[in-house]
Amino acid sequence: MSTIATVRDTEMISARVAVRRRSVTRPLLYGALVLCALLTMLPFVWVISGSLRSLDEIRSDPGAWLPAHATLGNFTRLFATEGFGGYLVNSIVVAIIVVAGNIVAASAAGYALAKLDFAGKRLAFGAVMAAMMVPFTAVFVTQFVITVDMGLADTLAGIALPGVAMPMSVFIMRQYAMSIPGELLEAARIDGAGEFRIFFRIFLPLAGPAVATITIMSFLASWNNFIWPLIVAQSMSSYTLPVGLAATSQAASHVTDYGLLLAGAIVVMLPVLVLFLFLQRYFVQGVAGTGMR
Amino acid sequence: MTTTVARRPRGSRRTGVAWLFLAPFAIVFLLYTAVPTVAALGFSLTDLRGTDLRDPFAVDFTGLENYLRLFQDESFLRDILNTALFVVVGVPLTMGIGFALAFALNTGIRRLRGVFRVVFFAPVVTNIVAVALIWQYAFNAGGTVNKVLGAVGFAGPNWLDDPNLAMPVVILLGIWRNFGTAMVLFLAGLQAVPQDVYEAAALDGAGRWRQLRNITLPLLLPTTLMVSVLLTVFYLQVFDEPYLLTNGGPLGSTESVALYTYHQFGSGALGTSSAASFVMLVLVMLVSVVQFRLLRPRA
Repeated sequence: MSTIATVRDTEMISARVAVRRRSVTRPLLYGALVLCALLTMLPFVWVISGSLRSLDEIRSDPGAWLPAHATLGNFTRLFATEGFGGYLVNSIVVAIIVVAGNIVAASAAGYALAKLDFAGKRLAFGAVMAAMMVPFTAVFVTQFVITVDMGLADTLAGIALPGVAMPMSVFIMRQYAMSIPGELLEAARIDGAGEFRIFFRIFLPLAGPAVATITIMSFLASWNNFIWPLIVAQSMSSYTLPVGLAATSQAASHVTDYGLLLAGAIVVMLPVLVLFLFLQRYFVQGVAGTGMR
Repeated sequence: MTTTVARRPRGSRRTGVAWLFLAPFAIVFLLYTAVPTVAALGFSLTDLRGTDLRDPFAVDFTGLENYLRLFQDESFLRDILNTALFVVVGVPLTMGIGFALAFALNTGIRRLRGVFRVVFFAPVVTNIVAVALIWQYAFNAGGTVNKVLGAVGFAGPNWLDDPNLAMPVVILLGIWRNFGTAMVLFLAGLQAVPQDVYEAAALDGAGRWRQLRNITLPLLLPTTLMVSVLLTVFYLQVFDEPYLLTNGGPLGSTESVALYTYHQFGSGALGTSSAASFVMLVLVMLVSVVQFRLLRPRA
């Protein structure tokens, strides 16, 4: 009896100690995390406040934290005189081509790699893995030469094409397709369904989550892509938003026109951030599953 | 079980259909990855210039001349050192912050976990061109950063125009952009550690610190290796941050190898650019092969 009592007593004491220790460390931990979160968010504070300040205000006091007289004038200037409407349309067109291409190419390729038995399968999967590893720096010169030779320099098609079948998307679809039971497809095959019918009628309806991840990851890649559109686009008529923003910031007349540039920054980053807030699970899964961004 | 071991009947092979399904990916892969990789090697052995693009076969074969010139070019050697600095400073810091946050979110707190995760991951998806402008605004001579420093009595420098200070700011932007990726990967690793291991350790009297050192860290080793390789590949190829903040300046102090390749390309020296990019390819492939070996058991 007495030994049981002592065991219970020590347990209770240690539990109480643990509670007391936690009650000290936990608020500290929350405090530290809140501080980290504020530091991380600092650029977002700067961009909102800066975009609402007029040119005169920024020239007279570049480092002020808050606008003295908030104005939306920078945003109107972007679209009225700086051509951001055109850049926005270009970014949307390129993103639509890229996302549609990835859904089609990755669904088909991922299905074949996971569910069909064929000659050259190892080679094909090796190509997917190799394509994920090849650094962009190593191929952009030749990609540009090919784009010029195809007559696609300075066109939206030239910007979109290299991204329409990303190996990352194929990999996501292949991994997902592996988890779909083969019996379902086999049963349809025994019933005499053709390969395309099986793919469209049975496989695709089951692949929704992977299609969603691919849609989001390829949209993100397309919207944020910078170096390749920078190389291919040579005139304002084919600039995407990031290239247009970079070009605006490099124009001599805008060197200190931070209000305008920060308003442009908001237009560039807002669509992705809004999507991210609503669909963050898919973003995080996509990055955690592939290590890409 | 036996069907997988036994030789499959011929009828189950669908080579024609499968390659039809693979065709869209295969065509893009050949056109934009396979051919360019081989061609880059070819270009790097020639004196190809931007003006020769209309007639790429009229150029002269120069053997390894581009590579020899590359490794005698002081600015290329400096850029290799700059890139190495990015890796050596950036990788441990990014991993340290990513792990600390993942650990705190996973084991330290219950509430607001989702909110913190959204906040810390937001930089990963934020457009880098936009962010770089914000950093220029904040770090310019009269900017908010210097205003804060001034308030506590320091005269803030002109960060991005100082050859000694530009690099730390550029690396800081890299870390800000990437620690969320490390955090998410570590979170996935931590959640895969079975809870009963901790309960058993707690019963044996192991405190939190010993649990971290003797259970969590050893079990996280595969994740740690994977994250370190991934970040090494990211930072080896670093381009956006130095291009946008400083364009490699002042005095080349922030120029990376990728940026060197781009500047050579911009000046029309496509042969030299290809040689530099091939050096990059070999480096990244070496690191990636290690990554592939680490990832394979899970795939």
